[in-house]
Amino acid sequence: MFDALQYEFMQNAVIAGLLASVACGIIGAYVIVKRIVFISEGIAHASFGGIGLGYLAGFSPVTGALVFAMGSAFGIGFITRKTRLAEDTAIGILLTMGMALGIIFIGLAPGYAPDLFSYLFGNILTVPNSDLILMMVLDAIIMGIVTALYKEFLAVAFDEEFGTVIGIPVNVLYLLLLCMIALTVVLLIRVVGIILVVALLTIPTALAKQFTYDLRKMMLLSVLFGASFTFGGLWISYEFDVASGASIILLAGSVLLITLGISRLLHRRRLRSQTSPEH
Amino acid sequence: MSEDLVRIDDVWVTYHHVPVLEGITLSIERNDFLGIIGPNGGGKTTLLKLILGLIHPSQGTVTVFGKSPAKSRSRIGYVPQHNLFDREFPISVWDVVLMGRFGKVGLFKRYSRDDKARAEEALKTVSMLEYRNHQIGKLSGGEQQRVFIARALVADPDMLLLDEPTAGVDAAHQTEFYEILEGLRTKMAIVLVSHDISAVSIYVDKIACLNRQLYHHGSPEIEASVLEATYKCPVQMIAHGEVPHRVLKEH
Repeated sequence: MFDALQYEFMQNAVIAGLLASVACGIIGAYVIVKRIVFISEGIAHASFGGIGLGYLAGFSPVTGALVFAMGSAFGIGFITRKTRLAEDTAIGILLTMGMALGIIFIGLAPGYAPDLFSYLFGNILTVPNSDLILMMVLDAIIMGIVTALYKEFLAVAFDEEFGTVIGIPVNVLYLLLLCMIALTVVLLIRVVGIILVVALLTIPTALAKQFTYDLRKMMLLSVLFGASFTFGGLWISYEFDVASGASIILLAGSVLLITLGISRLLHRRRLRSQTSPEH
Repeated sequence: MSEDLVRIDDVWVTYHHVPVLEGITLSIERNDFLGIIGPNGGGKTTLLKLILGLIHPSQGTVTVFGKSPAKSRSRIGYVPQHNLFDREFPISVWDVVLMGRFGKVGLFKRYSRDDKARAEEALKTVSMLEYRNHQIGKLSGGEQQRVFIARALVADPDMLLLDEPTAGVDAAHQTEFYEILEGLRTKMAIVLVSHDISAVSIYVDKIACLNRQLYHHGSPEIEASVLEATYKCPVQMIAHGEVPHRVLKEH
């Protein structure tokens, strides 16, 4: 694999993995603690409509995905805050409508859709330089916003009602958070694709959550875990010639399940040693 | 001289066409220590949220410190029901309390040394300073409640609103909790919502009985018939057999 690093596509893949992990770790932490995994899934899948539109209208599918992801973030934010429709119902509707639109657009587009599979499931080995720059810009935007508004987002995530009482513009910040999720989704499309995005938003943080109860440390650990999973998955993908996105996620998921199993075992052993009489 | 901090005038609140509060008229004065009692679902929390401007009356007016409720929030310390938050949430006691300073700090700015000194002081008031680095979810119900009081105090409020503060707090810690409130009552008006009549009545100096309508407002000595009307059942059932003399007027 280290020999492979001399190739530009491999260098790009490593850089893309690192850039994606930064956004995932930071935004994933909010997604996990605020329990909006399903909302993130909705935003990710609805962006498929934009990919289809890109094919049909002849612009970059990633740009289309960005527009649709932002649109669905606003849509979900508006519907869940301003109407009486239940949140999960609203997400279910938007998610499927976005995907349905994508399928119609691709059907209408002339010829066949090249790379369609890589938008759905990711292909980190084909990230061009232009996308790396886009990813860097999106990462910078996310880090800038989260640094400037850290205490505000903490309050919104912890207790929105109290946040309102102390004068935090809770609804605006909630929408901003959904928009950052949309940005992250777009950033991750190249790496794992829209179908698998949610895994990278949730697994690294779920793992980090076992080691710390400080949100900042949780973000930092998630970034580290995310980067390790991406590199590990990339290596598996290269060595065994299997899909990169799927390798990254299966690796991440397996590590999470194993650690959960181990911590459960340790917990049970601790309980037993506490309850059993001294020998 | 008495000054009305809160003035609620013939207020009606309906949720999806079902009335929750009907024709409530109530005022809260400076230095009041008011206990609002009544059965679950009687509209006690709704009344607090009206004062905070989190919900709006369908009819009638609410003024707080002479202005609209939303504009007066910065002068109110709010202690929500503590059992509603996510125990797993990764946040320390210290960060929870600092959050209360937001109104004085504002968007984008960091907490200053003064904010931190205030947070320290508030934690001392509720005797929780040594727990500052603990995760809030790992504390007992009573300890969490004290942290949430500190979060409300840290902004120097003129009025403190507490929603079911003793729910899930064991008897020994309830006494401790009411002693903290005793220490605060000279500094601010306190409004406390509870379905537990006996505990509330020992400390407060005014009681309001609320079950959609306001059945009583004033002295903590109440006729049994008023309590029965509020709870729609005999007094023995409400008070688990014992109501302190201070509450129930003798015949």
